[in-house]
Amino acid sequence: MMLSKGLKRKREEEEKEALAVDSWWLDQGHPAAAQTPPPVASSSLFDLSVLKLHHSLRQSEPDLRHLVLVVNTLRRIQASMVPATALPPVPIQPTVPTVADSLLSSSDAGLSASVASLLEDLSHIEDLNQAPQLQADEGPPGRSVGGAPPNLGALDLLGPATSCLLEDGLEGLFEDIDTSMYDSELWAPASEGLKPSPENGPAKDETPELDEAELDYLMDVLVGTQALERPPGPGR
Amino acid sequence: MAGAGGGNDIQWCFSQVKGAVDDDVAEADIISTVEFNHSGELLATGDKGGRVVIFQQEQENKIQSHSRGEYNVYSTFQSHEPEFDYLKSLEIEEKINKIRWLPQKNAAQFLLSTNDKTIKLWKISERDKRPEGYNLKEEDGRYRDPTTVTTLRVPVFRPMDLMVEASPRRIFANAHTYHINSISINSDYETYLSADDLRINLWHLEITDRSFNIVDIKPANMEELTEVITAAEFHPNSCNTFVYSSSKGTIRLCDMRASALCDRHSKLFEEPEDPSNRSFFSEIISSISDVKFSHSGRYMMTRDYLSVKIWDLNMENRPVETYQVHEYLRSKLCSLYENDCIFDKFECCWNGSDSVVMTGSYNNFFRMFDRNTKRDITLEASRENNKPRTVLKPRKVCASGKRKKDEISVDSLDFNKKILHTAWHPKENIIAVATTNNLYIFQDKGN
Repeated sequence: MMLSKGLKRKREEEEKEALAVDSWWLDQGHPAAAQTPPPVASSSLFDLSVLKLHHSLRQSEPDLRHLVLVVNTLRRIQASMVPATALPPVPIQPTVPTVADSLLSSSDAGLSASVASLLEDLSHIEDLNQAPQLQADEGPPGRSVGGAPPNLGALDLLGPATSCLLEDGLEGLFEDIDTSMYDSELWAPASEGLKPSPENGPAKDETPELDEAELDYLMDVLVGTQALERPPGPGR
Repeated sequence: MAGAGGGNDIQWCFSQVKGAVDDDVAEADIISTVEFNHSGELLATGDKGGRVVIFQQEQENKIQSHSRGEYNVYSTFQSHEPEFDYLKSLEIEEKINKIRWLPQKNAAQFLLSTNDKTIKLWKISERDKRPEGYNLKEEDGRYRDPTTVTTLRVPVFRPMDLMVEASPRRIFANAHTYHINSISINSDYETYLSADDLRINLWHLEITDRSFNIVDIKPANMEELTEVITAAEFHPNSCNTFVYSSSKGTIRLCDMRASALCDRHSKLFEEPEDPSNRSFFSEIISSISDVKFSHSGRYMMTRDYLSVKIWDLNMENRPVETYQVHEYLRSKLCSLYENDCIFDKFECCWNGSDSVVMTGSYNNFFRMFDRNTKRDITLEASRENNKPRTVLKPRKVCASGKRKKDEISVDSLDFNKKILHTAWHPKENIIAVATTNNLYIFQDKGN
């Protein structure tokens, strides 16, 4: 989101945007408002954290401190939600149990892996960045663009992909956090040559084939977003 | 003497307020950093729009010796512009994250200002005379036809209206992948450090095309990332020593003589978690938002979400003093997590004699803690108290139960009015407190 030079954007607008995302939490009973946390975190605190995580990841350049703190908090909450045999039955809301099971089974590995792969992508961008380090300081911000397009492609992919995750239902959200979406063979030919890192993280070892339907959907989202964001012109 | 008697014996009075009056805050005017220079004569602010405004203290009026000089605008310049990183398709914010002054060596003043990616060295110089009487130029600058020159004269300097010019002397760029949160000038006055979320670089003030990486906490596998650097500072006296704080509430002291890459700390300062206060938010509230050495160099102060801690550099396992800034927020952490206030980064500062420390809070409140008397005070930066030489009334927040008259209940605190940046004059009891878009200057009542 480009701010025009000299344009003063009223601060309230930005705050309203931020509040609108989070304010519907206030309507729920807020079981998590207690001072001492219950032995198991309420699912609303978990959901809130997931929402924050996705909001953070959706930024063009995530605030790393915010991201790391939210992820660590989310892991703590997750850890407390894992049902142990010795634990007494937990008073969760009636609609939640079925969702919670699928959340807990798929979420931990999937969540870590998705965050990891996104952070990995951030660091690959940095590796490309490092190459022409000793440029003249006063030079223009644009640098050697040789390696740019495929990595930009990866970043663009992160944008629409993560936003579409939120639109699915809660179950769909975690089923779709499959890093094969990000590491798909489809985009590999151009990007692989430029990603120097040999290790690909645990996510790649378990890459299933992408559904044709999922693939089509992703392509539509990508193409759709690109059409919206980029005015027609030469070179793209 | 500054600081004698401590925070409570000082009677703080409103002195000045700078900035727009209306409540409609323009984004660019949000103050993002405040810093006095080494003599205290100059006070610099940086804002979200990339501008730096420097105020200068008037010479003390000999007749009215009870009031110290006012601060008036000395220089305003655009330090950083928004940039676009074409490689990553990202906009780089022009917001000034930090300003640090260099000690004065000649007539000019120098400061470092930084945004997320680029540090700049600015020279601020005065011009109060100009040469007149050129042979080949008219007074308006047009060139004369040399053939019309029949006599020669020597140009002379004549006084002119004071002009303050700011010019960028060095630009230190392309060394930070992540967002710069700190800059700190070494006591050798030749080098300085800059810190981002994962790395700290050492620069020489004269050399812009390279920097030396001295700390790198980026894991080989980014999925192992659990901690970031939040602040860093050089020791005020030992040019080989610096500290950096983390999002997990630890502070590491490093000695550059030990090795080139200071990934192994010399000391690790960490207080064990209080099990009775443990919550899901424990880590977030332990994240250190600021670290400042005392002027003496014997202590350092850290600010986390709820408290200020003073550490003796000789004791690593716990702080020597802990001051609660707004403990009444502990029961509200969930709501503060929800509205992201729990991630607010408050700064802190020492007075000139290291006897009082100050930090900001919400509702435009700020707090001072006297280390000697152990008393503390809460004051408010508000235009309602803007009669000069009227002593500020202490504020009190009522945590629970019956609210006394003049107390404010926690639920009526305005969490949008946060004081993140404060500064204390190095020699006198003059403080600068930044609300969202206004700068307040307070002084003590009498000498």
